[in-house]
Formats: sequence, structure tokens, C-alpha cells
Amino acid sequence: MTPPSVVELFFRFCLLSLMAVGGASATLPELHRQIVETHGWISSAEFASLYAITQAAPGPNVLIVSLIGWKLAGLGGALVCTIGMCGPSSLLAFGVGKLWDRFSHSDWRKAIERGLTPITIGLVLGSGCLLVRTTGDSWQVYAFAACGAALSYYSDKNPLWWLAAAALLGGLGAV
Amino acid sequence: MKNPERLVSPTCLQLFTGFFKTGMSGFGGVLPHARRMLVDDRRWLTDRQFTELLSLGQTLPGPNIVNMSVVIGARFQGWQGSLCAVSGLMLAPLAIVLLLASLYDHFAQSAIVNQALIGVAATAAGLIIATSAKLAMKMDRNAWSVAIMLLAFMAVVWLRLPLLGVLLVLAPVGIAFGWHSVRHERDRAEKKT
Repeated sequence: MTPPSVVELFFRFCLLSLMAVGGASATLPELHRQIVETHGWISSAEFASLYAITQAAPGPNVLIVSLIGWKLAGLGGALVCTIGMCGPSSLLAFGVGKLWDRFSHSDWRKAIERGLTPITIGLVLGSGCLLVRTTGDSWQVYAFAACGAALSYYSDKNPLWWLAAAALLGGLGAV
Repeated sequence: MKNPERLVSPTCLQLFTGFFKTGMSGFGGVLPHARRMLVDDRRWLTDRQFTELLSLGQTLPGPNIVNMSVVIGARFQGWQGSLCAVSGLMLAPLAIVLLLASLYDHFAQSAIVNQALIGVAATAAGLIIATSAKLAMKMDRNAWSVAIMLLAFMAVVWLRLPLLGVLLVLAPVGIAFGWHSVRHERDRAEKKT
């Protein structure tokens, strides 16, 4: 594998920024497809551990992008990927932000919201399933994922508790 | 707006510290903490304003919470406010996650650390699935929206199609159905009155 240049990473993530309908969590299948499957820059197992590290730290989910940049090109890679992933969408949000309230009763805005919501849900669900698959193919992995999903769906507690319990159980050899 | 006089207009520094605290308290995503900080604790926004901005953050592409901090920062302090809010949100978590990743590099051979991470990754995958389930429960479910949801899912998970192509096909179709359903509702409402 040839590692990508920082410039290439920047443009890849600029494009991904504008494709992130449903937020950073919805782009995991595309990230995996580009970084792991097409180019082989990191392995599937590394992808899963990088995601796990972002969940063990506080902060927005977009940090997975920073860690991929760090893995591929060090600190500069982390900064470039983060800025690429947040930049174009932030500029768009800055421009649209002032108009948004004015169109709160417009049919167009409602149509766009309604049309994109199901796509978002499909992509986010896809991200979850992809992450299960990259983590491992064992009944323990499926059990952890099922418990995480059920606990977070039925309880409003901070998910940190479930993640900490999973780290403890995993470290003790339950996976 | 029940009590507009109770709303507070933050300075750049307050935008930074407010979003700093939000970023640092959110594990597994920070959106739920953003509402508490913006509406309950600091009173920068009313509940309704928050909901409006949330729909903006979720409809536009890009990380949802970053979109929201850009717009909230801009509303109070222009582009400088946006920069303060986003850097408050991102800088400390970015430093922490890079520190953790470097630490992990030193312990990558440790079976215990790797097993712990597998446990975290599997649970985090479950959290994402729960997020999509919560969103699906809130959505108006009808034949076309469920079909589009399943198509998006199958396209990226089973067929492994590039996201750009998937969006270029599904987004216009979804918006067309959305448009149709909005008009349909309006027509029915007009007939009733």
C-alpha cells in the first residue's frame, strides 16, 4: 500500500463532508469502503479499534476522522482530515443558518427534511451494522452490541456507563 | 418564546467555554448534552429555537453538532462566534483522543487492552443502532419512507456502493416524495376548512 498524501486526504474528506447526510456517524460505511476496502490503508480491525478509542474519549463522533488522519499521516493528517471533514459543511451551515428560520413554514424545507430523514436512518443503521461486522464475527460481539443497543434505547443514562462496563467485561476476557 | 427577557446573549469567550463543557461531557455523541447546556443551563436559546437549529444541523450535510455550533456562534457573534464555538467544542476532545490513540500504540500488543477495545467497539455499534431505531420511531412511517430507508441501508451495507452515487439517486427521490406528502397534507387541510 502507498500511504496517501496529506493533500489527497484533505480533498477526500472535503467531499465526504458534503456527503455526510445524517452526520458523521452516517459516513462509517463510506469511510470503511474508501480507506479499508478500496485502498487498504488500514485494516478492518484497526478501523474498529480507532472507532472504539473515539468512544472511550469525550467529544463529537466526527473524531473518528481525526484518528484515521493521525494513523495515516501523523498529527498533520489528524488536523487536515478534521478540517476537511468540518470545513465545507460548516461554510454551508454558516450560509444557510440565517435563512433557516425564515423558511420554517416553507413547503420546500419540510419536503427536504422529510425526504432526507429516511436516508439518514438507513445510513446510520448501516454504520452500526458495519461496525459490528468489523469488530468481529463471534456470538460475544453480537451479544455486546445487542446489550448496548437495548440499554441505550430503553434508558436515558449516560452511555459512558455502558461503554465502561463493556471495557471492563472485555478486558476480563468476556469477548 | 415564553420568557424572551430571560434569554442571555453569550460573548465569544462564553461561546467557547459553553461548547467546551458540552464537548467534554459527551461520550458516544454530544447532541443530548448540547440541549441541556443551550436551553436549560445557559439560556441562550428557547426550546423551540433549539429544535429549529437541531433540524438544520441534521438536515444539512456534515457533523450535526459542528453545524449547530457554527450557526449558534454566528447568530450571537458573527463568524468569530462560529470559530469560538467550534474550537471550544473540538480542541480538547481532539487532544484527548490523539493522546489515547498514542497510548494505545504502546499497548497494542496487550491482549487485555485489545479485548477491552473489542467490548467498547461492539457496544458502541449497539449505541449507533439504537440511535437509528430512535430516529425511526420518530419518523412518519409510510411505504415510501420505509422503502427509501431500506434502499439506503442495503446500498451501503450489502451492495457496498459509493455513498455519492447512493445520495445522488436517493436524495432527489426522497425529496420528491417528501414534496408530494407535504402538498397532499396541505390539500387535505384546505378541504377541511
